[in-house]
Amino acid sequence: MTLVLENVSSRHGGRVLIKPTDLTLENGTMNVLLGPTGSGKTELMRLMAGLDTPRTGRILWNGKDVTGMRVQDRGVAMVYQQFINYPSMSVYDNIASPMRLLGKSSAEIDRAVREAAELMKLTEFLDRKPLELSGGQQQRCALARALVKNAGLVLLDEPLANLDYKLREEMRVEIPRIFEESGSIFVYATTEPEEALLLGGHTATLWQGRITQFGPTPEVYRQPVDATTAKVFSDPPMNFLPMTKEGDKVYFGDGQVADAAGLIAGLGDGEYLAGFRANHVELEQHTEKAMKYNARLVVTEITGSETFIHLQCCAQHWFGLIDGVHNLPIGQKLTVWLDIRHIYVFGEDGRLVAPAAYALAA
Amino acid sequence: MAQATATRKPARRRINHSTVIMGLYLLFMILPIYWLVNMSLKSNSEILSTFSLWPEDLTFRNYRVILTDASWYMGYVNSLIYVLMNTVISITVALPAAYAFSRYTFMGDKHLFFWLLSNRMAPPAVFALPFFQLYSSIGLFDTHIAVALAHCLFNVPLAVWILEGFMRGVPKEIDETAYIDGYGFWRFFLRIFMPLIASGIGVAAFFAFMFSWVELLLSRTLTTVSAKPIAATMTRTVSASGLDWGVLAAAGVLTIVPGALVIYFVRNYIAKGFALGRV
Repeated sequence: MTLVLENVSSRHGGRVLIKPTDLTLENGTMNVLLGPTGSGKTELMRLMAGLDTPRTGRILWNGKDVTGMRVQDRGVAMVYQQFINYPSMSVYDNIASPMRLLGKSSAEIDRAVREAAELMKLTEFLDRKPLELSGGQQQRCALARALVKNAGLVLLDEPLANLDYKLREEMRVEIPRIFEESGSIFVYATTEPEEALLLGGHTATLWQGRITQFGPTPEVYRQPVDATTAKVFSDPPMNFLPMTKEGDKVYFGDGQVADAAGLIAGLGDGEYLAGFRANHVELEQHTEKAMKYNARLVVTEITGSETFIHLQCCAQHWFGLIDGVHNLPIGQKLTVWLDIRHIYVFGEDGRLVAPAAYALAA
Repeated sequence: MAQATATRKPARRRINHSTVIMGLYLLFMILPIYWLVNMSLKSNSEILSTFSLWPEDLTFRNYRVILTDASWYMGYVNSLIYVLMNTVISITVALPAAYAFSRYTFMGDKHLFFWLLSNRMAPPAVFALPFFQLYSSIGLFDTHIAVALAHCLFNVPLAVWILEGFMRGVPKEIDETAYIDGYGFWRFFLRIFMPLIASGIGVAAFFAFMFSWVELLLSRTLTTVSAKPIAATMTRTVSASGLDWGVLAAAGVLTIVPGALVIYFVRNYIAKGFALGRV
């Protein structure tokens, strides 16, 4: 079973929601849609579900064109960010409702409902109404209803965004496990790069209604095809600085020079954009060739085991994520170190021309 | 000890104060109704001759007259028939209309929604003439359905307005989840959606019932004998022997009863409706 989007686009009013997109989701894969709020994740899911009709293009399900087909006949399941259940029915009836509509026998329904409830730890609440449950239980009820249907395509639209931290951690572990048992195509929308990395599978990064890259999650993370993808798939956002290559030397802003090595050596002379992730900003010199920058500290946030710093450097705003607790006075001058092995090089059009050396090694 | 008395005293005075005000308020509220009940339990001679705060010669004759005389009790039956017809029609018609207004955007939807409400701005008297002529010419004159349909002119817009407010409070995602689960539209609407707006339906039905029950002009104009409402009967009781005060008072008491019953049963819904701000 595969879901294929061919040149699918969508508009609402005068606004373009999805630019023409091609996407193929293979059977039994976990697919993460990663992008900031308003990038079109939900709209793309609505197109996949059949809740919205694409303006152009076709949607194929196992090679069959389902573009204009009614939602009811699609055989999909969906869970929203808000906790959506049928308030007037008990949890049991909520979970059972999709199966009842499929005309299954009551013994079969009962077995499936109890199994799903067990999986979602809802067994003791089966007689309650959804609104009598906590938020996490309500969302688990919605998930159970989506799973019991055994749909070929399960769409999860930021299902954990409204849950508290603890529950989210638990569910993040649960979802991939459930997915592996189901064998369906899962599509999971999220704004958090960390969540995408935890879920694994494939990731499609979205930016302003366009899929910038689609591939295995670690690959998209390590080798983003362009600066936009790198920006979307980094939390905190990727830092940038201008870079010039001349002969076997590269000149970074602020007068730093490094030897062109590895893939960078193969680039033609000219202007480039260098990018590096926040966790690669270092307060101490770890390698001999590390580049030294004098930055001004704007904000520090201490999370307990990590220190998150905002820096002003080379007319850019940088973010740094540093291990351990550092009590640094705000406004002070701070020396930070960068290793050239951690630098991605993007062309002036934003396309990746040389991935960072560490990403290739891994 | 001294302190305790000092704090207790004003508290007691405040309670007395509010009790007096509340008592006066209730007295003024209840007085007309009490006087009606009082009259309905007196004989005509007592009503006309003496001033008595309670029936000195208690009698149920007036009620007996109404409940045994078909020209009286059929008034209640007629009223109830067209009121119930109107309530059912209004809600049945308003439900899909309100759903459309709350869920879809279509050309002129906002204008149409406002225009619906503006229907209620004209007094019923304006429509008495066209309805009278129309119903006479198509043979609907003096039927229950005629009055029920005439009242729809006022009750459907109101019901749409109230129901739309309640439906707007139900997230659209519930509709979509139901469609994804495989519910067809009507099944979703009846099984999932209607229970969610039950209080809205209760409020809308209450307002339709009340308007239709108290409306006099149209119901009197459009009926003569076979669908004559109780309010019309009450205004036509001057006979050769003069006005029958006691029977009229009894009829008044019985007319209050259905409204009071309806209010009693939907009072919680009404409170919820006011809280949601569309009533």
